[in-house]
Amino acid sequence: MAARKAAEKPNVSADDLKQFYRDMLLIRRFEEKAGQLYGMGLIGGFCHLYIGQEAVVVGLESAAEEGDKRITTYRDHGHMLACGMNPDGVMAELTGREGGYSKGKGGSMHMFSREKHFYGGHGIVGANVPLGAGLAFADKYLENDRVTFTYFGDGAANQGQVYETFNMASLWKLPVIFVIENNQYAMGTSQKRSTSTEDIYTRGAPFGIPGELVDGMDVLAVKEAGEKAVAHCREGKGPYILEVKTYRYRGHSMSDPAKYRTREEVQKMRDEKDPIEHVRDLLISGKHASEDDLKAIDKEIKEIVNASAEFAKESPEPDPSELWTDIYADDIPQGAAVEEDA
Amino acid sequence: MPTEILMPALSPTMEEGTLAKWLVKEGDTVSSGDILAEIETDKATMEFEAVDEGVIGKIIVAEGTEGVKVNQPIAVLLEEGESADDIGETSEARGPDEAKEEPAEETSAKAPEKAPAKAKEDDAPPKPDQTPDWPEGTEMKTQTVREALRDAMAEEMRDNPNVFVMGEEVAEYQGAYKVTQGLLDEFGAKRVIDTPITEHGFAGIGVGAAFGGLRPIVEFMTFNFAMQAIDQIINSAAKTLYMSGGQMGCPIVFRGPNGAAARVGAQHSQDYAAWYAHIPGLKVVQPYSAADAKGLLKSAIRDPNPVIFLENEILYGRTFEVPVLDDFTVPFGKAKIWREGSDVTLVSFGIGMQYALQAADRLAEDGIEAEVIDLRTLRPIDYDTVLASVMKTNRCVTVEEGFPVGAIGNHISATIMQRAFDYLDAPVINCTGKDVPMPYAANLEKLALVTTDEVVEAARQVTYR
Repeated sequence: MAARKAAEKPNVSADDLKQFYRDMLLIRRFEEKAGQLYGMGLIGGFCHLYIGQEAVVVGLESAAEEGDKRITTYRDHGHMLACGMNPDGVMAELTGREGGYSKGKGGSMHMFSREKHFYGGHGIVGANVPLGAGLAFADKYLENDRVTFTYFGDGAANQGQVYETFNMASLWKLPVIFVIENNQYAMGTSQKRSTSTEDIYTRGAPFGIPGELVDGMDVLAVKEAGEKAVAHCREGKGPYILEVKTYRYRGHSMSDPAKYRTREEVQKMRDEKDPIEHVRDLLISGKHASEDDLKAIDKEIKEIVNASAEFAKESPEPDPSELWTDIYADDIPQGAAVEEDA
Repeated sequence: MPTEILMPALSPTMEEGTLAKWLVKEGDTVSSGDILAEIETDKATMEFEAVDEGVIGKIIVAEGTEGVKVNQPIAVLLEEGESADDIGETSEARGPDEAKEEPAEETSAKAPEKAPAKAKEDDAPPKPDQTPDWPEGTEMKTQTVREALRDAMAEEMRDNPNVFVMGEEVAEYQGAYKVTQGLLDEFGAKRVIDTPITEHGFAGIGVGAAFGGLRPIVEFMTFNFAMQAIDQIINSAAKTLYMSGGQMGCPIVFRGPNGAAARVGAQHSQDYAAWYAHIPGLKVVQPYSAADAKGLLKSAIRDPNPVIFLENEILYGRTFEVPVLDDFTVPFGKAKIWREGSDVTLVSFGIGMQYALQAADRLAEDGIEAEVIDLRTLRPIDYDTVLASVMKTNRCVTVEEGFPVGAIGNHISATIMQRAFDYLDAPVINCTGKDVPMPYAANLEKLALVTTDEVVEAARQVTYR
């Protein structure tokens, strides 16, 4: 892992630090609550928690501008919260209720928000990578100066369509940032056992795509790298790769045998590298916040998360008639002029 | 008040498990995220973490206990300022059954409001929409299917700047089958885009571009190669509107030649009509004539949903009459009756129509009048036109080039059986391609495809003549 950067950055204010602390804590507490609701049988199916990886999305969102797009895999709750989607709607989707972002029809892995430019939530490993390049293709075509953050894991980095996409994204200079969230395990298979090279970010080089390794447990390092990548894309120089080394504390999904790594390895990460503790230390040692200030934030987050759980429990199941809606978008009248909403 | 820590579920189907190991003891201070215990079932082990912070006041279920029910209290957590003496009011006062919280409501499947097709109470023949596709007296011109497809794309591209074409050899080569001829010259390289030979990747980029507000036309050099991209077509394009609760539509056309060409062997000769027609969320078009190719492709490009547009290499060079109109479209879900007849209904689509029409000519020589229906679109399907015809002729033969198992004809037959059983005077026969990979040898290839002779023979069989 890249060395942890110096404590203070000139471009980060005390307010920024507090915001990072708050945003990361929201994801962590939300995910813990989701795990709890799963244990109670209120959430079903697959549920992939983001605990440990919070600095990745929070750092990169701080480098995004209004209108920039994001798309990710099935470990998507953190991305949705970080881009400003409502925790109530996310949690209610996890419980499969009418108040969820997809009216209960998508589930943990399939949520979207046009308003926040969040394009999912995709369940097939690697398949969201060309989709992300396609979003960037649309932005370049429409000449709107937006960039797309396309997140995928170290496991997906071995999928063929990722390299088909690298080729076309570079060829057509698409404004897309490929964010490889390397949490070091593809389900239960470590990177060493699945991936022929150690540095995944170098895999863009044959396609002419620059890449760099980022400490994903340090939100400031992620922000700095994100800003550099965004600037590259907005200057019209084409795609950029960020391999963000991170660590997931929990299992791949809720039922995980936890036999492929030691408890000591997980504990060491939590003790020494925790991204939230890191920012907490910066706030306290830099005298940017008191213990009481942080306690107030903790309390506020706890209330938001508890409220989302209450909402998710109380929101009704979707009406049975919803089974038959949203299969097709409304037809455009035949022979009539087409009005574009894009 | 002390908080009960409940036995968690590893999955919604888990009812009980083994509390394998405690990693904390009474009196330990825990904070959110600390691992409390290991829970095991026959299929997995899960580390169970604390949600709230506090002190472990009491361990109720000892480690090594098997058969611990989900949601049964296993320990008690004390908040700041509480002591073990406060515990009495929680778990010990109540049995585990009372403490058990009912999980999500009963999820027994409620009967869907739309039941599958079933016999109608009133089984009068439906009244299908069979208004002509163009007004009587419209000026007509002769055109190949290839030219009609190109004109459809060009007209829609002139009309909407967000429509673009991408695919292998669509631009500088002018189309592997010359369907995109001239488009690069008129619309430029921004809107007519040659791709590398990477179907999976560019299909996904097309779908992403549609999510992003564009109207892509993705050409597959043939649909055989689209198998490399079928995950993007089905999982990304067809399902996202539903998975997003109606937020994220995917207006895209996937088009290209489909089915057997001539002497190109097994990997290049397959009809995918039934494959795509199986998928809710897709629309599926398979035209026969040049007029339908044009009118349906224009509708496909305007449609806000993903459309699979199945063309045919052998039909590209055929000429038909096409109406000369400023804006000619053909709606989806409206079959075309090519020939009226009272003795037997022949139902087909795409290149299958050539066998159906030839068979009808031959049957007429023997005094058997066949009604020939071109479905034109396979999703949606115009059931009414088929049913109304079968209720008149009482006999039906379906014709297609695809494989026989799970064929479109099977579905048509089942629908007729469910909705017009009493009208049938003979079982419906499905004429299809043979249940073999396409051979190369000329004689074997002919045998593998459906033939006009087979259609004629089937029609005789159902009319007992």
